[in-house]
Amino acid sequence: MLRKGIALAALGLALVGGPALAAGDAKTPEPVDFSFKGPFGKFDQAQLQRGYKVYREVCAACHGMELLSFRNLGQKGGPFYDPDYSNPNDNPYVKTIAAEYQVNDIDSETGDIIQRPGTSADAFPSPYPNEAAARAGNGGALPPDLSVMAKARKYGPDYIHALLAGYREPPAGLTVAPGQYYNPYMAGDTTPFWTGEGHAPEGGFIAMPPQLAPDKVTFDDGTPSTIDQQAKDVAAFLYWAAEPKMEERKAFGFGAMIYLVIFAGLLYASYRRIWRNVAH
Amino acid sequence: MSGHSTYEPKTGIERWLDTRLPIVRLGWDSIVDYPTPKNLNYWWTFGGILAVCLGIQIVTGVVLAMHYVPHVDHAFASVERIMRDVNYGWLVRYMHANGASMFFIAVYIHMFRGLYYGSYKAPREVLWILGCIIYLLMMATAFMGYVLPWGQMSFHGAVVITNLFGALPIVGEAITTWLWGGFAVDNATLNRFFSLHFLLPFMIAGVVGLHIWALHVPGNNNPTGVNVKSKADTVPFHPYYTVKDGFAIVLFLILFATFLFFNPNALGHADNYIPANPLVTPAHIVPEWYFLPFYAILRAVPDKLGGVILMFGAIAVLFVLPWLDTSKVRSMRYRPTGKLYFMIFVVACLVLGYCGGQLPDNHVIPGLSTFILIDADLNSMVWLSRLATLYYFGYFLVILPLLGLTETPTAQPESISTPVLSHPAGMPAGAVAAPEKKG
Amino acid sequence: MADTVVGENPDPHAAGEDPNRRDFIHIAAGAAAVGAVGALAWPFIDQMNPSADTLALASVEFDLSKVALGQQVTIKWRGKPLFIRKRTEAEIAAAVADDGANMPDPEADEVRHKPGKAEWMILIGACTHLGCVPTFAGGDYGGWFCPCHGSHYDTSGRIRRGPAPLNLPVPEYEFLSDTTVKVG
Ligand code: HEM
Ligand code: FES
Repeated sequence: MLRKGIALAALGLALVGGPALAAGDAKTPEPVDFSFKGPFGKFDQAQLQRGYKVYREVCAACHGMELLSFRNLGQKGGPFYDPDYSNPNDNPYVKTIAAEYQVNDIDSETGDIIQRPGTSADAFPSPYPNEAAARAGNGGALPPDLSVMAKARKYGPDYIHALLAGYREPPAGLTVAPGQYYNPYMAGDTTPFWTGEGHAPEGGFIAMPPQLAPDKVTFDDGTPSTIDQQAKDVAAFLYWAAEPKMEERKAFGFGAMIYLVIFAGLLYASYRRIWRNVAH
Repeated sequence: MSGHSTYEPKTGIERWLDTRLPIVRLGWDSIVDYPTPKNLNYWWTFGGILAVCLGIQIVTGVVLAMHYVPHVDHAFASVERIMRDVNYGWLVRYMHANGASMFFIAVYIHMFRGLYYGSYKAPREVLWILGCIIYLLMMATAFMGYVLPWGQMSFHGAVVITNLFGALPIVGEAITTWLWGGFAVDNATLNRFFSLHFLLPFMIAGVVGLHIWALHVPGNNNPTGVNVKSKADTVPFHPYYTVKDGFAIVLFLILFATFLFFNPNALGHADNYIPANPLVTPAHIVPEWYFLPFYAILRAVPDKLGGVILMFGAIAVLFVLPWLDTSKVRSMRYRPTGKLYFMIFVVACLVLGYCGGQLPDNHVIPGLSTFILIDADLNSMVWLSRLATLYYFGYFLVILPLLGLTETPTAQPESISTPVLSHPAGMPAGAVAAPEKKG
Repeated sequence: MADTVVGENPDPHAAGEDPNRRDFIHIAAGAAAVGAVGALAWPFIDQMNPSADTLALASVEFDLSKVALGQQVTIKWRGKPLFIRKRTEAEIAAAVADDGANMPDPEADEVRHKPGKAEWMILIGACTHLGCVPTFAGGDYGGWFCPCHGSHYDTSGRIRRGPAPLNLPVPEYEFLSDTTVKVG
């Protein structure tokens, strides 16, 4: 008979029929049991705060997050949401974070470009003034903006965690060019650089050196700061950054589902009643 | 509309309006007292579902257009702003994005329904052709809509599809330049796509009006394919089909809500969350799932022009289908051989969709490596696509024309009511599950 | 062609059954449909309200040292002009002197500025008639003059003559220090 995959209905097909990765690509990231997974999943605020700290102290040196503003940190569901400050612009913690950054502005008197401390309404400033500067600072590679990174890669936060915690010594026989690092989760093809036995190792090369190290970030809540923990936390934070309305969406969806199911039941009863004397 | 109208204006105002603009009469004759075959099954509810889909797309689309900025520098960020800052923007945007997929699920079921029950045959050829036009317009609309967020897939999808026209001899290059409004997909392209994406759904709505008009002249087909013979064969549209369609619509909305609220990006592609970069093409560029069968046909042909012709031919053949099928019998119920070929056709379409999402050189059966036969790796997706493409065209151009002349259909019922009336045990099928509860 | 006629359709409301019960389920289903549309209507209305980023810009801080005595600086606040005027002694005196005068919208000058900050007049620069921007120091009262339909405002921003019904509104603001003010 036909392959099982072929027999899938159009819908199922749509789900699995996405692009297949080329044979022998990157390692599939191991699923992390993040608190926000599943239909009822929510963000873990403490984790988001730790993740923000990792982003701030490690990633932000090279990666921007320009679609987010400081106020987002204090909005409902965000890492520094405080029910006392339902307007995130007034949240003192958010204001302090914003003020730690210098943002570009124009002096309304002189027209000069100036730097001033950020306010909660400001967007996160990018670490480099422009793309050329970003490339120049990173050996020609461009550190991508992280605002929607957790949605812009297959496996999303699982991938981010796997990549950050997954650097390995390159296997003997793999030539790694200067300024490049081997990572089994990175997309790419190692075949041209492989002189060893058998199949070339999975994964590819990345221009970002390993960033995380034990105790590199001190977690204020006392969580042991392992590489794995840092990677998980920053992945969770980036998922929040990419999908800040997730909790609202699921809550809305839960209500909508209940409503629709009851509605369907009523319509079905009505339908049976209307049709019950028709032979068809 | 056929038959005579049963509308009777009751009040003075209704009478006044009826002699000037009989719009209430039109509505009455179309959706209240419209005589509908009483044996329509759930496959017939997808017309109503499609109307709801179109409504959802138009309403959410108009809202998105209030916040969206059609400029290469701002489009991506403006969509994200809708998701983050606009009140309920995430809801509206995810509704629109997933709504397009739902629309295509419904239209494909609707079309396969027509293929199976022979709804394209006389006297419904015009109805069918109008449906095909709607489908074409839907594809154009969905394609241009997908360009608007200006992600990597938007951009490179637009590049690939517009370049298809470059395959045309002599005029090809002039046409692509004209489509782009420049020498590449750029701001001018984005702007015109936005304008057209806004316009086309209203044209679809217009053609849907014609489609429904063309439906109401001959009346609905039905699962037996047998013409309505007497009033015993029909029920008024309201309340019988309003409630049945309504029930099906709500079930469909449950499916929709599952994606919308709990997996809103499952039907999309991660690469479209990367802002468009004209200098780098994503490693695997694939269209949205609903275009995958056509994408597979395109790639099945090793020649650029040939692939384009075949791909458009796959849609063009639908337009002439009413004259290709020679069978006098409408419904496949009474065409056992035809039914078998039809089922294989459905599988061929699914296979094409599957292949469209795979790399051409991927193996069909992963365990087996290559299966070389006269220079061709028969275990590759491209060869599977070729096989399925062959069947796709064979079904329309060879099987349907010849089968009608050679097959022996089984006995059709005298009328819609007969198979029901001859139901054993005198127990009408529909009454079984309607227990009377005295209260 | 199928000459279909409406006819002996089985009556959906047939059969001897309690009519109240019979209708209830249809009414409930209908009500659920109305409810669903109603519930969805709100998001589609609310989306036109100011978005989160718009609201975030709703307050501005301003450095008062940029305004010279007797002058005014106009800044944009919530999309509208905001007048920040440093009044001279004479202008303040003129405004206070007119506190008892007959005017359409009587108000004392004292309540239109912060206590002890009489020199700072901070107003929303939209004419209360139909929204034009009044010009600085024009008109019969030396305050503002609206060129659109001729409204005269005094140095306290009070309407004295012309079609405008109300005084120029005072926004919500506070002094963060002697030289910075936060509006909104
Ligand atoms: C926006 C898209 C469309 C809408 C809103 C729409 C709507 C409808 C509606 C309301 C009906 C009557 C009820 C029913 O049969 O379910 C109908 C019938 C029909 N439609 Fe469509 N339609 C659409 C697209 C198409 C397409 C793409 C095709 C085929 C290529 C098509 C072919 C037909 C046919 C053949 C019928 C007659 C069905 C019969 O009575 O057997 N429609 N359509
Ligand atoms: S708007 Fe100022 S006077 Fe009419």
